[in-house]
Amino acid sequence: MTARAIAAAVRSGTTSARAVLDEHLARIEAREAELHAFNHVMRDDAYAAADAVDAAVARGQDPGPLAGVPVALKDNFCTRGVLTTCSSRILEGWRPPYDATAVSRLRASGAVIVGKTNLDEFAMGSSTENSAFGPSRNPHDPSRVPGGSSGGSAVAVAAGFTSIAFGSDTGGSIRQPAALCGVVGVKPTYGAVSRYGLVAFASSLDQIGPFAADVTDAAIALEAVWGHDPMDSTSIAQPLESVVAGLGLGVEGLRVGVVTELTDVDGISAEVRAQVGAAADALSAAGAKVDNVSVPSTTYGLSAYYLIAPAEASSNLARYDGVRYGLRTPGSDVAAMNAATRDMGFGAEVKRRIMLGTYALSAGYYDAYYGKAQRVRTLIIRDFARAYEHFDVLLSPTAPTVAFELGAKTADPLAMYLSDVCTIPTNLAGHCAISVPYGTGEGGLPIGVQVLAPALGEPTMFRVAQAIEASRA
Amino acid sequence: MSEPTPHLTRTDVLHVAHLARLALTDAEVDEFTRQLGVILDHATDVAALDIADVPPTAHPLPLVNVFRADDVRSSLDRDEVLAGAPDAAEDRFRVPKILGEP
Repeated sequence: MTARAIAAAVRSGTTSARAVLDEHLARIEAREAELHAFNHVMRDDAYAAADAVDAAVARGQDPGPLAGVPVALKDNFCTRGVLTTCSSRILEGWRPPYDATAVSRLRASGAVIVGKTNLDEFAMGSSTENSAFGPSRNPHDPSRVPGGSSGGSAVAVAAGFTSIAFGSDTGGSIRQPAALCGVVGVKPTYGAVSRYGLVAFASSLDQIGPFAADVTDAAIALEAVWGHDPMDSTSIAQPLESVVAGLGLGVEGLRVGVVTELTDVDGISAEVRAQVGAAADALSAAGAKVDNVSVPSTTYGLSAYYLIAPAEASSNLARYDGVRYGLRTPGSDVAAMNAATRDMGFGAEVKRRIMLGTYALSAGYYDAYYGKAQRVRTLIIRDFARAYEHFDVLLSPTAPTVAFELGAKTADPLAMYLSDVCTIPTNLAGHCAISVPYGTGEGGLPIGVQVLAPALGEPTMFRVAQAIEASRA
Repeated sequence: MSEPTPHLTRTDVLHVAHLARLALTDAEVDEFTRQLGVILDHATDVAALDIADVPPTAHPLPLVNVFRADDVRSSLDRDEVLAGAPDAAEDRFRVPKILGEP
């Protein structure tokens, strides 16, 4: 059942939020031990929220556009009084003293928050295997990863645990797991959704976005959380054009460019390329003008990202010092306590990124690494701007391959990083992109096609995504 | 501008670990020396670009001095904040000594 159907039924009194929750908790009960989507299920809080929605309906009040809709949140969203771990030992047991803005807005829209989902520690990873609490598994084949870092949220929607889930996307962490799990995932324009209360990884790249079973639900979920927030100085102040209003307008006359550098290159599997081609053909048949386009500097995106994101992370994660949150490992003085706490509390990938970022920012290397990466970021923005002079949206794969086996890339960080090669340029540019499930590959596993659009291009991006979805066999 | 060091040494890793306040084990130092070397090798494509004339982008939005109204508002609840800390005393975060004995 879609989120919009649930909300309609709950608002009209045809069903109750409590009954909807019962049904979803039963599904979680049946498969959670196998899939590990959640770090914790908020059963009591969820029933309290569901009962409040039902009470509002009984009083004749409208609980909101997500009335009674079960929602899962990546465990890097601050939830007041509820464990927020970022799948890290360093935050184990920490309960935030406030709600993230996205969380407050979801509550105000009648959503029922069911639990906090598993992630790669501090959102650093592409498989959810970097979680301190063990990996999540792909519902289509539990021997495979769900992708990451928002793997638990993708699993929650793909397994029917919740209708909607939210994640954060710094280099592909919503879109790549959405592709690998066969659901829709959206990385909105930078600044469209408030980051207040999202535990920071790389602040110039991080953006909150939804997962849903279809494009329309994803649009509804996005509109529930986005818009200006005075608590986030980087949130966009201007009113945002509705994406829901534009759904169904079709793609007649829209110009769609297939990005050569992100599609027709080594490392992208033939079956994934074939699905991008099929989606392009479908858009063409629906009246869009489709052509290939070169965005040359995107080939440097991966290298630039793995300097910029770790550099920002090394600064953001300096706050985990054994003083204000969670874990402390004793030491003879403050400096020894800081270092011992951080060695004990952080997992290998987080340490690797902190080390990489600290190195890229350190005296003697700043210009050659971090400074260069920032200049590449300018080149990527310029190249996209040139492409968008001729095209309304761009098309590419979301991920290079279907979901891989657990353990396949854990010993080789660089191979893991390459999972994000198609998604990273969007974050560097601050643009928006969406992954839409389109066909299957090896082992019947889902493939995702990515639609990219310029900043605030969401209305057109969603129209194109919906046309791709509508053309599926 | 000098070219970046192509291969990271153990000494580099220990120096960076100190800057990052990470008390790494010997095994971690070995592993990171190798892995960070591979990642930095991959980044040489960027490091080698001759793009000194291209301005850097630190942030995707052209934001300068974002202000909000100077309203008095309640802040986070002190007890709730301190409840999340590893150690607290007298309404403050409690830390080990930061200076040697007098």
